[in-house]
Parts: sequence; structure tokens; C-alpha cells
Amino acid sequence: MRNIKFMLRKEFRQVFRNKAILRMILAMPVIQLILIPLAADYEVKNINIAVVDNDVSAYSRRLTEKIKSSGIFKLSDYGQNYNAALKTVGQSKSDLILSIEPGFEKNLIRERSAKVHIAADAVNGIKAGLGAAYAQQIIADFNAEIVKELAAGTEQKFPVTVSSALRYNPYVNYYLFMVPGILVMLVTMVGSFLSALNIVAEKEIGTMEQINVSPLKKHEFILGKLIPFWVLGMLSITIGMSIAYLFYGILPAGSFLVIYSYAALYLLAVLGVGLLLSTFAENQQQATLFAFFILMVFILMSGLYTPVDSMPEWAQWISAFNPPRYFIKLIRAVYIKGSGFNDLGHEFLVTAAFALVFNILAIFSYNKRG
Amino acid sequence: MSAISVKNIEKSYDKGAVKALKGINLEIEEGELFGLIGPDGAGKTSLFRILSTLILPDSGSATMMGLDVVKDLWKIRKIVGYMPGRFSLYQDLSIEENLNFFATVFNTTVKKNYHLIEDIYVQIEPFKKRRAGKLSGGMKQKLALCCALIHEPKILLLDEPTTGVDPVSRKEFWDMLGRLKAKGITVLVSTPYMDEASRCSRIALMQGGNVMEVESLSNIIGKNNMILYALRSKEMHRLLKDLREFSGSLSAFAFGDEHHVRLSRDEEAEELYAFLLHRAHEMVNIRKINPEIEDVFIQLMQEQHS
Repeated sequence: MRNIKFMLRKEFRQVFRNKAILRMILAMPVIQLILIPLAADYEVKNINIAVVDNDVSAYSRRLTEKIKSSGIFKLSDYGQNYNAALKTVGQSKSDLILSIEPGFEKNLIRERSAKVHIAADAVNGIKAGLGAAYAQQIIADFNAEIVKELAAGTEQKFPVTVSSALRYNPYVNYYLFMVPGILVMLVTMVGSFLSALNIVAEKEIGTMEQINVSPLKKHEFILGKLIPFWVLGMLSITIGMSIAYLFYGILPAGSFLVIYSYAALYLLAVLGVGLLLSTFAENQQQATLFAFFILMVFILMSGLYTPVDSMPEWAQWISAFNPPRYFIKLIRAVYIKGSGFNDLGHEFLVTAAFALVFNILAIFSYNKRG
Repeated sequence: MSAISVKNIEKSYDKGAVKALKGINLEIEEGELFGLIGPDGAGKTSLFRILSTLILPDSGSATMMGLDVVKDLWKIRKIVGYMPGRFSLYQDLSIEENLNFFATVFNTTVKKNYHLIEDIYVQIEPFKKRRAGKLSGGMKQKLALCCALIHEPKILLLDEPTTGVDPVSRKEFWDMLGRLKAKGITVLVSTPYMDEASRCSRIALMQGGNVMEVESLSNIIGKNNMILYALRSKEMHRLLKDLREFSGSLSAFAFGDEHHVRLSRDEEAEELYAFLLHRAHEMVNIRKINPEIEDVFIQLMQEQHS
């Protein structure tokens, strides 16, 4: 215990002298939380649409107007030649082509149905998919209007109408969804990578050897290393949540206690990852490269950007072993739904298991190599 | 009892591909200032790392003050001070903080053992608030020595402490080691500089994982007496080639701005002189010299190879 106290005193002294670590802890949450949610916005606006109007009728013009006035689309091209419109897609001037067939109006009036054709530039898959979906919605809307007008006077039945309500986040506030997720990544980086780099630095400078020839025990050294980063991790989540409130006005619907209790446990798990990482790397350069790779997996497999449920089954299995996935799920649940301990037992349990497994693996690997 | 006893220690790396130590034997008495002398790759550092309990030997055994380096490692760590070849203290902590940290790790205080480090520490004390990373090479070595001494070790292991240090600091450093010896601390020190051998009570000459000779410096030179001549001429490069071609020379090598040639009889010196004039060398200067440690080292190395 006495030795751990001395290790801690030394570690904190070094951390507070290390400008790079301080900047990471203080500036990283500010920059990441302010910049990333603003940039990585999924709401697709300003979709450029080229309309090929081969009918040039009142109805075709009305449909074009309706699309233009939706606020989502910008008319980039209007003409009668499909190939010319396709060319604008090639030049990246248009994202979507809406092609209206000749006889559109005639068919609508006579047969109560007409065909339009939508082609989307799939280079940007998200924009294409959402754009096409928006366009379909507008056309469906237009369809309903026309049907209603033509059937004026007679009783018209719409067999099914779908109405949707968004629970928990009624205005689909994108920040409420994204900011807590990014906060998780931040805590993960502090807990796993900063700690790994710090331990590897001792190896690289050779001070590890000096420690190894002293009576200081390995567990004292390890605890002396991990406790400061646990504290820094808790500090960075506090800073992050403050920024979420000050900048975005986001507060958890649930309790801070749930988040802090879980973060305390989660940090144990990611510190284990960091410790494991440090036993594999010989120098800080290697550690950084390892960290970079792992971070990519952490982010892409966590459900931060793409929902885990829409991943292929094998990817969902990999994601089940990805600690940030659970924190992201939990923090969103607490922030958005106000979930409590009772609802999140699974996340706590899995994370406790991670903490146990990673640390045991790390200590095993440390002993073998040390 | 020997302070350090090494028996048939072997160590190889990369699954046996590199043999660093090939069955080393050494007995070092208490209170000795013992030098391990040999070029890079002789196995000095591997031996230090085994004695300081950092790595395990493949076979053989070693004891420090009667304690086994494998079984009693925790006891050994309390009585041994180790200073690795590379400066490895915390660069971002000050002199004072480094010293205090290592004192507390060994469960002692700077105050308690100040008498041991006093003559060294007073030289760096004016800079005690300075970070270790900002110190000059000589000051770093002094600080490292203080940190290795702060827990009052019975044995001090110093791996090439003077490599890369300027001549004045080197001399100072050896003076300090002399004073530690006077205090009864057993010091094992390695160096690639042969001229430092004269400072040791005994030395071991190491080469390629073997100990070639263990003796005091004067005994080593006395035992390996040889007839040695130093030569100079106008064309030094051609001279060395011709010296090696001379039938009577046992060995010839460049030695600073001269060439040293070993002969089997003094009479051959005349023949050599005539031989060189015959080969049209100008300004030939030949004189008999007493062998130094480096001459002995090269001779032993050649004997080992043949």
C-alpha cells in the first residue's frame, strides 16, 4: 500500500507535467464534442435533383414544383433528355434523376396511374438512399392528392394509412443521439490508449528496468499506473457531460449516478485493454499503431454511427465483444429514455466480465513477458 | 565468502541462435572493485542483467552475497544497486524527485543514507530542481549513481557507466568508485575502455561470451609478456601490410598513430628493420615497448581464435 502511494504521487506529478496528456484530457472533449456532431450530421439536405420531363404537362409541372418546394431538393437540371440529365450526374451536379414519361398526365386521368422513374447516384450511398426515399414520399403524396381531386364528389376510401410517432426523442434531435456516443469514445481513448502509451513509455525510456530491479512488486507498479488513468477517465467524462450541457443543452433524462457507476466499471475494462496493449508493444510507436487499429474497430463496431441491429449477423457477433458498444447503448438509454439500473443490468454484467477477462489476460501476458 | 559467484552461466537469445554467454565462471571477493573489460558484444550486459535478476540464465548458477539470483531475487533486489548502460531515470522529474522516489521504493530515505552519496550529490545539488532530462551527460551519470546507491547496496553493478562521458568526468567517476570501494561496497563495473582497467583491483577480459583471463592488471600483463615493437614510417598503410608479410612477426596491428608488432626474439628487430628498408620504406622508426592491456587483449583474442 505504501509503495502504491509513492507510485501514485510520482504518476500524478508526471501527468500534470505532461502538457500533451493535459491537452488531450482537457481539449479533446471540447474539440471532439463540438466539432464531430456538427460535421457528422446524418440529416441529408440539399439533394440535387435533375428532372427529365417528357410530358411537359400541367401535372408534370406540378410534380416538379412540389419536389422543388419540399425544402430537401434543389433543382439542378430541367429538360427533356434523359442522357443529358445523366451527364449532370456524371459531373456530380445532380444526385438524383426523376424521369417523367410521355403521357404522364393522360395516363393519370384515364387510368388513374402513371409511371415515373427515379435514378440515384449511388457513389454516396446514404445520400442516394435517403434521396430516393424522400422522392418516393413526395410522389406518394402527390399521388394521393391527384387521386383525391379526380375522385372529387365520389366517396374515396384509403384502405390503410400509416401514421408514425417518434418515442423518446420526438424531434429526432440528432445531438441527443450523437453527443453521448462520442463521449464514450473519448473515455475509451483516455482509459485504454493513454494508459498503454504511458506504460510503454517506461519500457522505452528504460525506467521499467530500474523499477524491475527494485523491491517494488508488479501489482504495485500496475496499480500505480492504472489508478491515475481511471481518475483521468472519470474527469474526462465529467468534462464531456458538462460540454454536452453547456453547448448543446443536453442533460440525461435518467440519473448521473447510473452513468458514473457504469463509467467506473467500464474504465476498469478499458484499462485492462490498455494494459494488454502495453505488454505487446515495445515502444510508443508500435503502441500508437496498435491503438489506431483497435480504435477503428471500436468505433465502427460499436453502433456509434451505424446501428448494430443493421449489421450482418457475423458483425453483430464481433460487436458483442466490443466494450464501447455497451457503453454507447447504456449512455443513450440513460440520456434519451432515462433508463435506470433495473433496465441496464445486462450492460453492467457484460462490462464486469470484460473488466475481469481483459485484466486477467493482461496480467498473464505481463508476467510471461516481464 | 565471495560477494559474487558465477558458475557456468550460459545465456542465448533468439532460441539459441545468438549465444551471449558461453559458460562463464567468476569469483569476486567482498570489497573488490572488479572490472569487466571487453568490446561491444562480449556479453557484459547479459551478465549484468542476470546478476541484477532482470533475466534468467539458460543454465549455470550465480549468487550475490550467497543469495541465488533465481530463487532469492526479492532479497537480492534489496542489496544490489544496478545502473544500466543507458540513462534510465525519469526525465520529467527533477534530480531531487528522482532520488526521493528511488529512496522510497527501497523503503528508505535520502537523509538516512546521505553519507553514502554525499561526495557525489554535492556536485549536482545546485541543480536539484532541474529535470533529469535537462542535465549534461556527466551529471546524469552522477545522478544515476546516487539513485543506485541510495538504498545502501552491498553490491553495485555498473554497466558501462563511462561510455559516452567526457575524459574529465570519466576520471571523476572512477575516483568516486575508488571511494565507494574504500567504504566496503563491492563494485562490479564494465567498460570497453582498456585504459580504465588500471583502476580496478582485478579485471576479467571478456570476448565473444567467454572470460579469457581473470587477474589484476599487472599480473595479466606480467603473465602474458611479449616482445613488442612500435613502428612508424612515411607510409603507414603499406607499412602495416609489410609488417604482416614479415616472416618473423607473430602479429601486427595498428595502435593509434603507430603499429605494434610482436616478435618471437629481440634479434629479429634488426632483420625487420632491414626488411622494411628493402621494401623501400622511408623514415622508419622502430623502438621496443612494454605491452599494455590492449596488446594483451589482442594477443589473447588471437590465441582464442587459433
